[in-house]
Amino acid sequence: MSAVVENHNHHDDHHHGPKKGIMRWLTTTNHKDIGTLYLWFSFAAFLLGGAFAMGIRAELFEPGLQLMDPIRYNQLVTMHGLIMIFGGVMPAFVGLANWLIPLQIGAPDMAMPRMNNLSFWLLPTAFAILLSTAFMEGGMPGFGWTFYAPLSTNYPNVAYFVFAIHIMGASSIMGSINVIVTIMNMRAPGMTLMKMPLFVWSWLITAYLLIAVMPVLAGAVTMLLMDAYFGTSFFDAAGGGDPVLFQHVFWFFGHPEVYIMILPAFGITSHIISTFSRKPLFGHSSMVYAMVSIAVLSFVVWAHHMFTVGMPLVAELFFMWATMLIAIPTGVKVFNWCATIFKGSITYETPMLFSIAFVVLFTIGGFSGLMLAITPADFQYHDTYFVVAHFHYVLVPGAVFSIMAAVYYWLPKWTGNMYDEKMGRLHFWLSFAGVNITFFPQHFVGLAGMPRRYADYALQFAEWNAVSSVGAFLFGLSQLLFLYIVVKTVFAGKKATPQVWDGADGLEWTVDSPAPYHTFDVPPKVK
Amino acid sequence: MSTDTTSHQKYYVPESSSIPIVFAIAMLFFGVGAADAVMGKGTTLLFIGVATVIGTLAYWWSVVIRESHAGLDTPQLNTSYVYGMAWFIFSEVMFFAAFFGALFYIRTFSISWLGGEGDKGLAGELLWPEFEATWPPMITPEESLMGDQAVTKGPDESMYLHSIGNLGTWLPLYNTIVLLTSSGTVHFAHMALKENNRKRFNFWLGITVLLAFIFVILQALEYYEAYAHLGLTLNTGVYGTTFFMLTGFHGMHVLIGGIFLATQLTRSAGYNHFTDKEHFGFEAASWYWHFVDVVWVCLFLFVYIL
Repeated sequence: MSAVVENHNHHDDHHHGPKKGIMRWLTTTNHKDIGTLYLWFSFAAFLLGGAFAMGIRAELFEPGLQLMDPIRYNQLVTMHGLIMIFGGVMPAFVGLANWLIPLQIGAPDMAMPRMNNLSFWLLPTAFAILLSTAFMEGGMPGFGWTFYAPLSTNYPNVAYFVFAIHIMGASSIMGSINVIVTIMNMRAPGMTLMKMPLFVWSWLITAYLLIAVMPVLAGAVTMLLMDAYFGTSFFDAAGGGDPVLFQHVFWFFGHPEVYIMILPAFGITSHIISTFSRKPLFGHSSMVYAMVSIAVLSFVVWAHHMFTVGMPLVAELFFMWATMLIAIPTGVKVFNWCATIFKGSITYETPMLFSIAFVVLFTIGGFSGLMLAITPADFQYHDTYFVVAHFHYVLVPGAVFSIMAAVYYWLPKWTGNMYDEKMGRLHFWLSFAGVNITFFPQHFVGLAGMPRRYADYALQFAEWNAVSSVGAFLFGLSQLLFLYIVVKTVFAGKKATPQVWDGADGLEWTVDSPAPYHTFDVPPKVK
Repeated sequence: MSTDTTSHQKYYVPESSSIPIVFAIAMLFFGVGAADAVMGKGTTLLFIGVATVIGTLAYWWSVVIRESHAGLDTPQLNTSYVYGMAWFIFSEVMFFAAFFGALFYIRTFSISWLGGEGDKGLAGELLWPEFEATWPPMITPEESLMGDQAVTKGPDESMYLHSIGNLGTWLPLYNTIVLLTSSGTVHFAHMALKENNRKRFNFWLGITVLLAFIFVILQALEYYEAYAHLGLTLNTGVYGTTFFMLTGFHGMHVLIGGIFLATQLTRSAGYNHFTDKEHFGFEAASWYWHFVDVVWVCLFLFVYIL
């Protein structure tokens, strides 16, 4: 794709530049500012959620209760999950969407800039409400991020949790409407759907998933609220309801949510692997069809999270086969990435390292997912550390690595400075080692029968848990290096050219580095 | 899905604005206030939250209307509004889908398993041997076990039509007629506006708003009946739960839709807004209204008849 940026000189061009000081960030309508806000918010959440994870791993370093009582432990597990999902991964992808979608499709901004600002500022609002429970009698929620009834309906302070989730949901829905409308309505002339960059495609599908399932989550927390405080019987068998109904409603949201956290990563990886292999992506359109298939299938696999609740056999079989079907489009994607690398002129800059690690380690997470999809086998694996290992492999070296890859890849475009390549590689290798030392042993203890969400464990699991904790601290500490690298790049570094990477392709590389405050006031022509 | 814009027409990107951040702070009050209220810690914050949320939204929309009158919005921006509203309605559809899904699950699975059907019926057989699977369940499992000592009670009467002779006094039928009629009247209003017949537009829109509020009043009457005479409350087991949650959220949406339409009426009759070409505020309100109507048809079918 090549692009020619037309320069029209309008006399009525009165550009409103950024305001000064804090008001710039509070009142901005600029997609780049809002993207930056989202990314920093997500970084802060990543460090906070990470601190909670460090607490968990410190407690699990050896058997017995050392640092906290089990209630505090449950709270850490719950808040770690909620903060990482709703505060870390999702806002990071929205931040990338804000920065990149208008640049990649040649639009002047997001379609509804003020609503875009609101979407962001609702996030700190929601997290303030959620975290405020830490200072209340009864404390933070401790029922796991999945908040299964009837545990959650009998938990203190659950009302704050419910309204925090409602506000996060409102933020996500507004953000997604903005993304979809921007993509559908504001592409530069000539950019047909199939010419659209894959990151944009991945977000189009993600936004659709979000609009479809966030309201279902809102429904789930509403039913929970009503059961907890208004005496309804949705999840109470004594009144004619069913606690398992909660799990159905929750996972109808929860499974598409899993893909919401990985589809944008697919888009990012496709860009980076193509750039550093210096080849066009292999199978662009099949990538699109694969993502669409994954999105469609994500609506009919939710009960694979619930194989052991006692569903009818036919349901167990249906959800097993439907889940396994997802391996096909996912396999297409992994094949295409490998085929893109094949015979490429490869260089291993930091984004490429993170992306290759993504392909390998995400695939390992995918394979353990296939194991979990087998209903009879899942009766053994269910609620063990094998599940913890599985979803951390798809979320940490999956989603989080892709976000880091994206930050390194586009940071020169955002700041105008090149990051320190040596430091970046060091950060990669420390993270890569840390992630695998942390999560690979969890496969072993899980298969040996160690259950999730316990503050204490049997002696036979001691060695691997100690290893896992060491890995976790290595991974956690190396993220401070990431923070240092990013901050340093914002303020200094070798000046970046507009092209930045010689193999990169796309409209965002046709504008200056750093990207001017306003870009594509007049849409470029895409051939 | 065309991206063709007439050349030189620039997409309107508003200047930085303090409305959203004020709205976010209002939502902070609203969220904390709502949770406080639910937990019995007082309602002051909730009132502040609701007032500031409504105030900020009203101001925000007034700004959008003023910008539109200043000619700042291009056809492309209008398309953004059209798509945005469509996707918002889709999100609302999914919200109701969650509650309808819960209803279907409870009617199909929970109740029959609690009544002892199939392999899964064993627990029901052991815990509540007396409970019989019927819809609507007039006796909850707990009640079947404990007689009058039960914590949760079934209602004395359901909302279904008990005999054809009662059709004339069956409130849901009137509600259905009112709402279906209003969907027609809002369509007449739209046709009148397209022909630029303002008088007829205001007339039909006025009728629609009237019908909307009649519906809300009828619904309130029905709730009063349920609580005062039928023994049907939120606490009467899963029938009361699904009945009030589904009709309650629908009623709330009717109220919002009614206010939405009334706002458009005020704009047209009071301020002479809208032309035969440019009337998206009204169009969005009418789509929302048709959506609320479709939800009611599903409710009427699955909550009151089947």
